[in-house]
Amino acid sequence: MIKFENVTKIYKNNFVVLQDVSFEVKEGEFLSVVGKSGAGKTTLIRLILGLEKATSGIVSFNGVDVSKMYDNNLQQMRRRIGCVYQDYKLLPAKTVYENVAYIMEVEGKDNDDIIRDVPKILEVIGLGEKTNNFPHELSGGEQQRLSIARALVNKPDVIIADEPTGNLDPYNTYEVISLLEKINKSGKTVILSTHDQAVVNKLGKRVITIEAGKIVRDDAGGRFVI
Amino acid sequence: MLTKFKRIFKFAMADFYRNRGISLAAIFILIITILTVTGLFLMHGIGNFIISEVENKIDITAYFKSATSQDDIMGVKNQIIAASPSIKSVEYVSKEDALADFIEKHKDDPTLQEALDQVGDNPFLPSLSIVTSGEAAEYEKVANILKGEQFSSIIEKVDYSQKKDIIDKVFSITSRITTFGLAFTFVLVLVVMLVVYNTLKLAIDHSKDEITTMRIVGASSSFVRAPFIIQGAMFGVIAFVVCFVITAVASLLLSGALSVMMPGFSLFHYFLSNLFLIALIQLGFGTGLGIISSVVAVNRYLKL
Ligand SMILES: Nc1ncnc2c1ncn2[C@@H]1O[C@H](COP(=O)(O)OP(=O)(O)O)[C@@H](O)[C@H]1O
Ligand SMILES: [Mg+2]
Repeated sequence: MIKFENVTKIYKNNFVVLQDVSFEVKEGEFLSVVGKSGAGKTTLIRLILGLEKATSGIVSFNGVDVSKMYDNNLQQMRRRIGCVYQDYKLLPAKTVYENVAYIMEVEGKDNDDIIRDVPKILEVIGLGEKTNNFPHELSGGEQQRLSIARALVNKPDVIIADEPTGNLDPYNTYEVISLLEKINKSGKTVILSTHDQAVVNKLGKRVITIEAGKIVRDDAGGRFVI
Repeated sequence: MLTKFKRIFKFAMADFYRNRGISLAAIFILIITILTVTGLFLMHGIGNFIISEVENKIDITAYFKSATSQDDIMGVKNQIIAASPSIKSVEYVSKEDALADFIEKHKDDPTLQEALDQVGDNPFLPSLSIVTSGEAAEYEKVANILKGEQFSSIIEKVDYSQKKDIIDKVFSITSRITTFGLAFTFVLVLVVMLVVYNTLKLAIDHSKDEITTMRIVGASSSFVRAPFIIQGAMFGVIAFVVCFVITAVASLLLSGALSVMMPGFSLFHYFLSNLFLIALIQLGFGTGLGIISSVVAVNRYLKL
């Protein structure tokens, strides 16, 4: 489904973030990407979404080179991927409710669906009381949960979560991870970037370890080793 | 489709309200712009009125000897018309008409009436009132015919007004105004457009991260762009309504003062008779600038 072929990413300042990275994520897989802060996890995710272009090599989604997609197809692909960003990327001028509703409006969903689904997912994620607040009125953990609600609301084919538990307490971390497991069990592909050892070990799924821009380990049922 | 339009409109309204400080600033700049352009338009109207006023003034009057027959005078008139077909008008005024004119003009002045009665006879001379186009060559031509040997026996005297000088002066001023003014107007409109663009750009820069996020979650370019365009158009329409009211009230208030300086000219009447043109210019400038600026400014952030 998602494939990296000899991908190298060098930022403008000649900083090599990823070097000759190759791997494939199959449909229905649960992949954890681990590595120290600055290892290149976020860059890897940005390459999948077409937010950065690979300096060399090919990143493809369902067999199509992401860097060569036309605007229309690129946006369609982005709608099929629910993404939780490390810095949340919420819409600051919209309320909690509107942030989630916007995703459905982008998809062209009916108002009836929106009125039904948005409160439901906000309830599930524990933001039922804050629907009319603006993002800056939420705590870090609440913002993180809002961005998770947003990633899930359209029932996308792929969920990508970039350190989604970074701002959560152990209880909420457990909640979010079991939510991701549940989604994966329902047949969806999940990519999780994290540096939380306990989370990875408990999952017991495939783990890719990045160090200094290279994949140093790719284990099915792997453990967190750095 | 309708749902999509409703959503876009809803976004536009919400943004407009939530960023009302910036919205008001953008509208204010647009108002200044539209008023500047309207002012230039009204100036143009006033200038044209002055020129046509001066041009239509009688500039040469030829008085004939009292006994000259109408046929002879008509002969002179025909020769003038033949010599310069572009002449504005050559009007024959008989002794009787001149007297009637005089009586009409001074009907409130009994002393002049008395004086006239004492003279007894009609003291006025038949004449030709000539209005030239203001061109120097034509003026010369007419003057030469009237000065000629041929008519010296029937012409009593010829009055040349100062019109030629006035027209020359007005023309040199207006031509200076039109070349200089056109360049000035052009520069002014350019500056004003840049100011509008930069104000709206500021408003949109403010939403830069928001636009990026919308793109990241898969919104199409048009879905992101449309609310900004609608906002730009809304700024334009609001600015237009305000400007139109200001123009109407200002032209009504200034009308009195201006018609004292320029009898026969009513600014308000000029405004009314050009109502649609003025509305079109104002609305066109307002919404046009608002929309174009928004599109250009927002497109910079749609690349992601
Ligand atoms: N836009 C950029 N320009 C230059 N360097 C960048 C940019 N984005 C990230 N980097 C650098 O690339 C490295 C990897 O960053 P990132 O992918 O965010 O790592 P991680 O998510 O694993 O912490 C870091 O050293 C970071 O400073
Ligand atoms: Mg990161």
